[in-house]
Amino acid sequence: MRLEVDRERCVGAGMCVLTAPAVFDQDEQDGRVRLLEPEPAEAIEVADAVRLCPAAAITAVG
Amino acid sequence: MTKSVPHLAALPTERPPGCPFDPPAELAPLRDEHPLVRMTFPDGHEGWLAMGHTLVRSVIADPRFSARQELNHSPLPGDAAMVVPPPAPPGMFIKMDDAEHARYRKLLTGKFTVRRMRLLTERVEQVTADHLDAMERQGSSVDLVNAFARPIPALVICELLGVPYEDHEFFQRNVAPLNEPNSSLDEQMAAINVLGEYLYQLIVAKRAEPTDDILGELTTTELTDEELTSIAFLLLGAGLDTTANMLALGTFALLQHPDQLAGLREDPELVEDAIEELLRYLTITHTGMRTALEDVELAGQLIKAGETVALSAMAANRDPLKFPDPDRLDIHRRAAGHLAFGHGVHQCLGQQLARVQMKVAFTGLLARFPGLRLAVPAEEVPLRTSSDIYGVYALPVTWE
Repeated sequence: MRLEVDRERCVGAGMCVLTAPAVFDQDEQDGRVRLLEPEPAEAIEVADAVRLCPAAAITAVG
Repeated sequence: MTKSVPHLAALPTERPPGCPFDPPAELAPLRDEHPLVRMTFPDGHEGWLAMGHTLVRSVIADPRFSARQELNHSPLPGDAAMVVPPPAPPGMFIKMDDAEHARYRKLLTGKFTVRRMRLLTERVEQVTADHLDAMERQGSSVDLVNAFARPIPALVICELLGVPYEDHEFFQRNVAPLNEPNSSLDEQMAAINVLGEYLYQLIVAKRAEPTDDILGELTTTELTDEELTSIAFLLLGAGLDTTANMLALGTFALLQHPDQLAGLREDPELVEDAIEELLRYLTITHTGMRTALEDVELAGQLIKAGETVALSAMAANRDPLKFPDPDRLDIHRRAAGHLAFGHGVHQCLGQQLARVQMKVAFTGLLARFPGLRLAVPAEEVPLRTSSDIYGVYALPVTWE
């Protein structure tokens, strides 16, 4: 799967890092999402991270 | 399109007798039939109550609904619900909408990341161990609220923000009326003024001589003293009374569910799942609200601009459509997706700090006292039934 993140929408809650730490990180300065792995293998954690994002800042595209 | 729905004369707040962890009994059957009902608010406003998980989650995150203080009618009874509040003062960002809210939140998110909060683990372990040592020295029985649940998060948030911990009794005392709808408006205003003045002086001092802590760092940003005072107020208030209630009420819930407690003792690795489940099951910040900025069609009803929707997070977190067998505390379930920290752009900024503290504190408490149990019958534990933040006022425990 391929992921896109919208750093403008991100509110830095950290749900993605908590849920799928191999795929997402938070910027040291502003706490907003950094994509470590834009094309991760299908995994329940990644789907959860997309779903749990409070600001709908993560999209799975195909 | 509008089908008829029940009309509540007030928000149900009475917990079922003998079931201190359950939402008011009226909510479940109502939610299962009608996720959204009409409700009269304490000030006479005719608004709505949302209870279904999908619905509550979508309203909290919908920009057509506002968090602005002056637009929202409080669903919780009390003096403060009877007046129209003024707009939030500069910096009081939880009562604002984007873009105003986002400007403040973006200055803070880097300070509460998962990584930064986990770096506090060692310090939280030390603070927890100190308090467990003190409990042991006191004998074989203590009030867990005073000895453990309140001081640990208080000390941690004070150190993190750079607020002198010696003053914590002063702000605990003044934060208390703000979360108690039963306190008078005068008491609440007095508490706001005295806390505000204290924090303002602290900010002025930090600006003159910056310190290595969150408030000190924030004095080097674009924020004014007035904005920073409000932010300090929010962060301190949120840090004092939330995790403390989760620790005390969470321990009470585990003690009342011996099978779950045994499961956690057997496999301490389950602690993170157990915490998410306790967050869901207890939902201490039980009721939120948003007001429609425009007419919105929702669950077959028309919400008119200006109408407030009360959001029952506790009913949503017990919605069987989201969580099977929702009234069972089950530390083995996947409780992710609960709304205990909210959802949308206002989702709790301090949630990763809360998780670190709960993980360390629950783990430490259970490891230190294998024989931990209530020192009084469960029905004698005083409950914060009227508070915005649910919990217990005291939790007498013993371990011998």
